[in-house]
Amino acid sequence: MTPAITADKLTKKFGDFTAVNQITFEVKKGEIFGFLGANGAGKTTAMRMLNGLSRPTAGQAEVAGFNVYRQAEKIKRHIGYMSQKFSLYEDLTVRENIRFYGGIYGLPGREIRRQEKELTASLGMEGYSNTLVKAIPLGWKQKLSFSIAIMHRPEIVFLDEPTGGVDPITRRQFWEMIYKAASEGMTVFVTTHYMDEAEYCGRVSIMVDGHIAALDTPRALKEQFGAESMNDVFLQLTRPNQ
Amino acid sequence: MIMKQFGIFIQKELYHIFRDRRTLLILLGMPVVLVLLFGFAITNEIDNARIAILDESKGEMSREITQRLVASGYFLIDENLREVSEIEQHFREGKTKMAVVFPPDLQENIRRHLPAQIQLIADATDPNTATTLINYASAIIGQQLREQNHGQAAPMQINTEVKMLYNPRLKSVFMFVPGVMTVILMLVSAMMTSIAITREKELGTMEVLLASPLKPSLIIIGKVIPYILLALANTVVILMLGTFVFGMPVKGSLLLLGLECLLFVVTSLALGILISTRTESQQVAMLISLMALMLPTILLSGFIFPIESMPKVLQVLSNIIPAKWFIIIIKNIMLKGTGVGFVWKESLILTGMALFFIGASVRNFKIRLE
Amino acid sequence: MSTNAIKVESASKRYGKGVVALDKVSFEVGQGELFGLIGPDGAGKTTLIRILATLLLADEGYAEVNGWEVRKDYRKIRRHIGYMPGRFSLYQDLSVEENLHFFATIFGTSIEENYDLIRDIYVQLEPFRKRKAGKLSGGMKQKLALSCALIHKPAVLLLDEPTTGVDAVSRQEFWEMLRKLKEKGIAILVSTPYMDEASLCERVALIQKGHILSIDEPKKIVSAFDKPLFAVRTNDMYRLIQDLRAFESTHSAFPFGENVHLALKNPIWPEAIQAYLAGKGHTDIEIHPAQATIEDAFMELMGQEEEVNQ
Repeated sequence: MTPAITADKLTKKFGDFTAVNQITFEVKKGEIFGFLGANGAGKTTAMRMLNGLSRPTAGQAEVAGFNVYRQAEKIKRHIGYMSQKFSLYEDLTVRENIRFYGGIYGLPGREIRRQEKELTASLGMEGYSNTLVKAIPLGWKQKLSFSIAIMHRPEIVFLDEPTGGVDPITRRQFWEMIYKAASEGMTVFVTTHYMDEAEYCGRVSIMVDGHIAALDTPRALKEQFGAESMNDVFLQLTRPNQ
Repeated sequence: MIMKQFGIFIQKELYHIFRDRRTLLILLGMPVVLVLLFGFAITNEIDNARIAILDESKGEMSREITQRLVASGYFLIDENLREVSEIEQHFREGKTKMAVVFPPDLQENIRRHLPAQIQLIADATDPNTATTLINYASAIIGQQLREQNHGQAAPMQINTEVKMLYNPRLKSVFMFVPGVMTVILMLVSAMMTSIAITREKELGTMEVLLASPLKPSLIIIGKVIPYILLALANTVVILMLGTFVFGMPVKGSLLLLGLECLLFVVTSLALGILISTRTESQQVAMLISLMALMLPTILLSGFIFPIESMPKVLQVLSNIIPAKWFIIIIKNIMLKGTGVGFVWKESLILTGMALFFIGASVRNFKIRLE
Repeated sequence: MSTNAIKVESASKRYGKGVVALDKVSFEVGQGELFGLIGPDGAGKTTLIRILATLLLADEGYAEVNGWEVRKDYRKIRRHIGYMPGRFSLYQDLSVEENLHFFATIFGTSIEENYDLIRDIYVQLEPFRKRKAGKLSGGMKQKLALSCALIHKPAVLLLDEPTTGVDAVSRQEFWEMLRKLKEKGIAILVSTPYMDEASLCERVALIQKGHILSIDEPKKIVSAFDKPLFAVRTNDMYRLIQDLRAFESTHSAFPFGENVHLALKNPIWPEAIQAYLAGKGHTDIEIHPAQATIEDAFMELMGQEEEVNQ
């Protein structure tokens, strides 16, 4: 089975500054992959290259079987994206948001209406279709924006700090949605600097200063560093002297 | 402690202003650009306007009038026509803006002291220019006829009654400088302060200032003082441009002029503060300043459209526009050279407005977030 | 001193018509105490802190800071608190030094006068003191904001989500600073949506939908979770959760990192769970007794709350 993402010595330079330095990794199909690092470690730059938004300076990468240099437009059609900061239009209703995103990805009208029904039902949001997004609770917003991000059945979905600031129950409901999507074969790529979120991933990579400093399952990493939590692993990697 | 707080606040405000190079450049450059634009480009003045002459009388009188028109410097003879039909053709081709037609019996009628007619035909697609051309030409012709008749009443049916008081050469820049000054002062004082205050709200720094021992009044005064200075600097620049580039006189007292400008600035600042107490974002503050302050200032103050020729409703409405009173005041001081005796009424109205707006903004200013 | 640093008695706050931000909230923070306000976004943390910072008025109830009532004595409070709002609220176009100097002066003091208090924090900023605040990294911004909130030697510090959006290293450093400040006798009220930060406080209030679920030392809140708890994992996480929820002895089953935390209604042997899961076709089954965390406790309290409401 071909991997969902392969990166081989992927590099991005801005002038003299090397933001991403020869990163090499593979993400398997249906895997939940955590992409961790401090602010400014190069996470966002790396993710933009994989999303087809930024052209690498050197190295190779394939996403969903497409080359990041030559087939950026195809990549965009086969991935989904959700960020904690922006995903839904607050001044549109739930239904309008669903139709808008369905329309962007060229889903037929009948399919959009079917998904709209299914989606609101599975989130327990029947009767809220005509409510403005800004008026629904944060937990719903996050679940809704994840559902919308995978409406077009992408092969890979990129999540940017997906569960910051929600209550623990909502957070778990959110992770259950992710597990469900993964169990159906969707690959989930989570970028975050919040280490608690990393514990939920199948495998994680930790970026430090533009390169990947560690890559394994959370359990193996914790064993390797003799740490109790991913947070401790991360602190050891980024502050080795203390 | 208050003086120290005040000092550091103004220092901080000046840092904001001077570090935002682009805005500063716009604020300092805009008055210059506006004055030059109004002064040179958007002008009703006539200078070497091309006209056509159809001289069917071919007499002494028509020659003298033609010479006089050319000698005035306002007109340039584009062509001497041979028949009436050519006039329209010339207008169509856009070659000339006005044609002067001397009838065949002109010389004869003058000699007999009979009423004679000279026809002025103008291209009225641009009515302002057409009117001005006709006015100039008839004034020049009238003068010629008066001299001809040695001061006796002209027998011709041409209206030569053109009055050009205070601005004898009809220099439009004299009208624009006070107007531009008003717009700039309003812009810098009202719009910039309302934006500067809402910016602190938007960035959240207002929250920290409110939770500190700073008195709210001090926050406001500290915010506006730099803009008063900026507005006054603009006033000086505009006046200097008017005087040195366009030769515009300032006949009245400079001190009085300065004080009146300060009064108008304070009125505008109070308006700006009032807007900022009611808005949460810079964008909204800017829109309100533009729609509710700038447009009326430009349209209803008499700056561009004469108030006398507005519909009655707008004439009444114009009374609540501070800019209207300010323009009356500074035109009086600058062009007529009148003293405080002639503008005290308008100044009093402005002062009243200033006090009202200050009162309203103090009432509206919140010492908490809601 | 006998007065509390902070005292709130059944404070309520509504926005507009329907939205209840705070619903009869009461708690106290002692002098020199490090007190955490823990809850998700929209729980009412910011509203509560703004009421204490005299920036909002409660609709009902009573609140005082350092013995001063928030409505009447707001001027005194404003002189003696250090307040850090949720978003970065310093002047981005002013340098590090200019910001600090500005805030020192408006509080009627100078950087030199209280340098001792901020030295540990400010030394890290010193190399960048000519840099504009807007150009600092997230962690550095937080340190500068804390320095500015401390420069007048406040009796009480009110910090609204100081660690949100800050990376793990900076978060850890920030909490170390708070511990040192606490030792200097400053009372600190700090809010956070991150449950794992609860253990860094002396006492915490768990808050949800404007309502306080529990107030206690973090350890006691955790130990109040009295259900038998197991960490379970198998080859198929998603199906595991569904199957455990269908299990008759299950009280609750939630994903928890790599495991599922299974709370039981009554104590049973892990072998019974193992047999049940094997019967459902799971392989690689691992079952270990687990230590409850603040998140388990929070979820349990949320669940109880909902039952009471229904």
